Amino acid sequence: MGNGTRLGRVRGLGSSQHGSHHWIQQRLTALGNVLLVTWFVVSMFRLPLGDHAAVLSWASNPTVALALILMVANVFWHLRLGLQVMIEDYVHGEATKILALVLLNFYAIGGAAYGIFAIIRIALAPTALGPGGM
Amino acid sequence: MAGNEPSARPRSPHLQVYKWTPAMAVSIFHRVTGDGLAIVGGLMFLWWLGALAAGPDAYAAFLACVWHDPSPEISTLHQVTNVLGKVVLIGLSWAFFQHLFSGLRHLVLDTGAGYELKTNKLWSILVFVGSLTATAAVWLTVFAETLNG
Repeated sequence: MGNGTRLGRVRGLGSSQHGSHHWIQQRLTALGNVLLVTWFVVSMFRLPLGDHAAVLSWASNPTVALALILMVANVFWHLRLGLQVMIEDYVHGEATKILALVLLNFYAIGGAAYGIFAIIRIALAPTALGPGGM
Repeated sequence: MAGNEPSARPRSPHLQVYKWTPAMAVSIFHRVTGDGLAIVGGLMFLWWLGALAAGPDAYAAFLACVWHDPSPEISTLHQVTNVLGKVVLIGLSWAFFQHLFSGLRHLVLDTGAGYELKTNKLWSILVFVGSLTATAAVWLTVFAETLNG
């Protein structure tokens, strides 16, 4: 391994064997998003969004809640991959790049956890308390 | 730029030296809308979902901020955010359609199809036409329903 040009430093090291991993995951989550986010956007425009009880009753349906959880996992996985590429392309300092990637992981994993927990709260809330009862 | 040592090696020229083409525009907008959806769309979604889970009062507070404050004396803050919220929501819906149609184009390109110059240009233009048409159709319907009660 030389220490001349950037090409010289990696020449001969061979493939790291996961070059297509990121690419294929972005496509798989993209296909999931086509189905799940389209369903979500259509639902948003059909629901009476000003009516808390109606939206809550929709979201607490087990099938809807499951689809919402799948969507959150899929969306936050997909956006983590996409924002990672943006950071790698535009953030050039090594320290700021690592910091940006750490913050990205906090956002993607934290956001997904917050979203999934909120859906579970809605789906498992006791209905005996009436609409919106918590 | 990349790495700490200055490099005398030539760098790729950036955006401003190229003549804009539909394919280049659709590629740039794919990234811009994707990053916008990821950050603004993601945070708006979590805010809405959290308010929905927290109960009727929190949900009403969310609506009063983002969409319409029903109180007789609306605060200056809410006057601003009621307009801003609609702009952001319309923008997010356009970004969704643009990223969706552009993403579907990429999935087709991944199969190796659509690289002929005329086909590629046509599909790129159709992505813009499709996303703007879908956004306009959706919001005209929403505002027509709002006006008709």
